[in-house]
Amino acid sequence: MTITIAMPSAPPGTAAVREIESGAAKISVRDFDFFYGSAQVLHGITLDIPDQQVTALIGPSGCGKTTFIRSINRMNDIIPEARAKGTITIDGRDIYAPGTDVVALRRRVGMVFQKSNPFPKSIFDNVAYGLRIGGLTDKRSLREHVEKSLIRAALWDEVKDRLDDSALALSGGQQQRLCIARALAVDPEILLMDEPASALDPTATTKIEELIWELKANYTIVIVTHNMQQAARVSDRTAFFMLGRVVEYSDTKTIFMNPKEKMTEDYVTGRFG
Amino acid sequence: MQRHFDKDIEELKDLLLRMGAMVEDSIMQSIRSLLERDTALAQEVISNDDRIDQMELEIDRRTLELIAKMQPTAVDLRFVATVMKVTPELERIADLAQDVCERVIELNREPPLKAMVAIPRLAQDAQGMVRAALDALVRRDVSLARSVITQDDSVDQQTEQSFRELLTYMLEDPRNISRAIRLTFIGKYFERMADGATNICEMVVYLVEGKMIKHAYGTAHNR
Repeated sequence: MTITIAMPSAPPGTAAVREIESGAAKISVRDFDFFYGSAQVLHGITLDIPDQQVTALIGPSGCGKTTFIRSINRMNDIIPEARAKGTITIDGRDIYAPGTDVVALRRRVGMVFQKSNPFPKSIFDNVAYGLRIGGLTDKRSLREHVEKSLIRAALWDEVKDRLDDSALALSGGQQQRLCIARALAVDPEILLMDEPASALDPTATTKIEELIWELKANYTIVIVTHNMQQAARVSDRTAFFMLGRVVEYSDTKTIFMNPKEKMTEDYVTGRFG
Repeated sequence: MQRHFDKDIEELKDLLLRMGAMVEDSIMQSIRSLLERDTALAQEVISNDDRIDQMELEIDRRTLELIAKMQPTAVDLRFVATVMKVTPELERIADLAQDVCERVIELNREPPLKAMVAIPRLAQDAQGMVRAALDALVRRDVSLARSVITQDDSVDQQTEQSFRELLTYMLEDPRNISRAIRLTFIGKYFERMADGATNICEMVVYLVEGKMIKHAYGTAHNR
């Protein structure tokens, strides 16, 4: 005999459960608006991004996810007439507070872009670049840091014998891992990845995804991706953006198995449009 | 937006419904063969079971293909999971109808027992539950599914009741034993069909609400 207990349906929640239920929030975003001139592209973003987890941002083109991820290390500052309202705090400190050292912020919050962008220098110099800028000159120490970063980025075995070769001679997937190594070299706490695998073939993509899995033990990772299956595979939590708003933010498995919002469901099932 | 995928989903749904209709027929005919002592009809049900088995294989094949090609998510994923759970349930119900028919053929070799007591009603209730479960699935009707689930207890009680009555026949006259045992089996088969209907209904709730309610799973996990 089957014993069945019928549960009453869950109470209707707010538009989205935005706060993490457990674990520490590394990044807390509250009522964050963003404008390019008079055009508002982000509206009241409020969410907590947990430490040592992977948070994926998904949504159609132009939904604001790239603007949002770039707000986390103030990359948007360089755009004229860009303006932010609301707060983003990292470990409780407002990164938009007056007097914030933006260079120090970007050292804590590394970024990897869609298209790998190694400098036209040697593999070694690419990874050592940020360290040298940071004032590290000791050769042994530099070498140790470069090696450690390349190992963490799962590239060391492929390049250890040719560290002086040009970075531009590497394959696309290797170049992207080099950029990750370069970002890791300065010991960031947070890694922002804006479609890090969208220009890579499936094998290179798998390597990047495996790497993300390993890195999350030590870093807080935020990844923008257009590849829904990638978001499902690599992330612990997923935020669905739409027209500059967070429609739903939840455990990744909830977003992909049983989203609460119709709009999320339409998007993840490809009915959208 | 209409997706190419929707066509695959529709086709899968049609196949499942066709299988459901075949299973319903088997149950109905098994009941008729029992009540009318129709050995030929019982044999027909048994030979038709192959077609239902083939249907199960076809649905499995298509479901796996769909997962491999489309990587369904959200409601699509829950639909595919539901099909994968419901199909074997239907196949098992059909097997039970076949088992009923095998017992009917054996019973028909002997004179009828005075009465079949509670079994006809039990059979009809089980059939009704399977039909309602399929309706609930087609219409994604959670309240119907939940009402079917609540009927399961009554079917269990009827099975127990018919067993007790058949026991009195056995005590009364040892010559009744083999027939009464066969009828006890038949009662059990119908009771298990009702269990199958209940399982299908639990999947309907999962499909629509995303909640797993079997084994009281819901209490801890679906807040």
